[in-house]
Amino acid sequence: MVWLWILIAGIVTFLTRFSMIALINPKKLNNNTKKVLTYVPSAVFPAIIFPAVFLDKQGLFLSSINHPQILAFFIAIIVGYFLKNIILTILSGLISYWMFIFWLS
Amino acid sequence: MKNLTIFQKGFLDVLPLTIPVVPFGIIYGVIGTEMGFTPLMTFVMSFIIFAGSSQIAFAQLFFTGASPWLIISSVAAINSRHLLYGAVLSQHLSKLNLQWRILLSYLMTDQAFSVSSIYLKKNKNKFNCHFHLLGSGFTLWFLWQLSTLIGIFLGNIVPEQLGLTFTIPLTFLALIVSELRKIDHLIVILVSGTCSLIIYNFPYKIYIIVSSFVALTISYFFINHFKKNI
Repeated sequence: MVWLWILIAGIVTFLTRFSMIALINPKKLNNNTKKVLTYVPSAVFPAIIFPAVFLDKQGLFLSSINHPQILAFFIAIIVGYFLKNIILTILSGLISYWMFIFWLS
Repeated sequence: MKNLTIFQKGFLDVLPLTIPVVPFGIIYGVIGTEMGFTPLMTFVMSFIIFAGSSQIAFAQLFFTGASPWLIISSVAAINSRHLLYGAVLSQHLSKLNLQWRILLSYLMTDQAFSVSSIYLKKNKNKFNCHFHLLGSGFTLWFLWQLSTLIGIFLGNIVPEQLGLTFTIPLTFLALIVSELRKIDHLIVILVSGTCSLIIYNFPYKIYIIVSSFVALTISYFFINHFKKNI
């Protein structure tokens, strides 16, 4: 039975990926829809980012703003904002996260 | 440009974003086997579902004895963001035949979508621009399968103290950080993020797709009220 549910979960996942690519005729998209779609990364990614930074594993707000991951998150924002470089944004966040854990513990 | 050159470009563009993929895949491999799935099942799930957070949700919910329909609904809700990615990519992939569209859909992930949608938009006149998505998608796919196997057979070889799961939000941040310069995008970002924090505990993990739609509604408002003259 588990195999069956794994297969169904796989089909459902594939359909979320495939359905829009298969069904949408780009010629029929109006300009407003196309413009809204340019906001997709800005609309989807924060919903993944914010809970991972500001909430703990139980889904509760972290008790202090001085938490290493919140501080490191803001450092990564500053670095990314000025240097506009993907790898430096990630590394600055990770390295400062390690430093804050070291200092604050 | 040759197909292979564009494929390589996709590979190189997505490479920095794969930093969390390997530790996350290892964590999944460990969780899968700890939750009572056989090594084969854990691996095949990475192959059939190929979506990290859905696989972990599947394994955890299954372990707690949740009903299969609840598990499938959660998987659907977590993956519903792909609908939006598909809508964006459809503008560039409509000329391809069915086999290509099936293959590229299967390989579509957050990271591959993010780097390849930028490339496809800039190079929409190239007949073989979809090789970029093939390159980015395949790179992620390969690393995901490999790291699942590492997790299954070697256990958690990445020390938890390294906090590598924190690279997940950092990667997504890196993808939108340049948008913070634009006031409309900044507001959309803050609305989506704030909304996700408020409704995080809603059932079925619907916070991602609901927050996305709330934020897209705001963007629709911007387009209609502020950008008419631009």
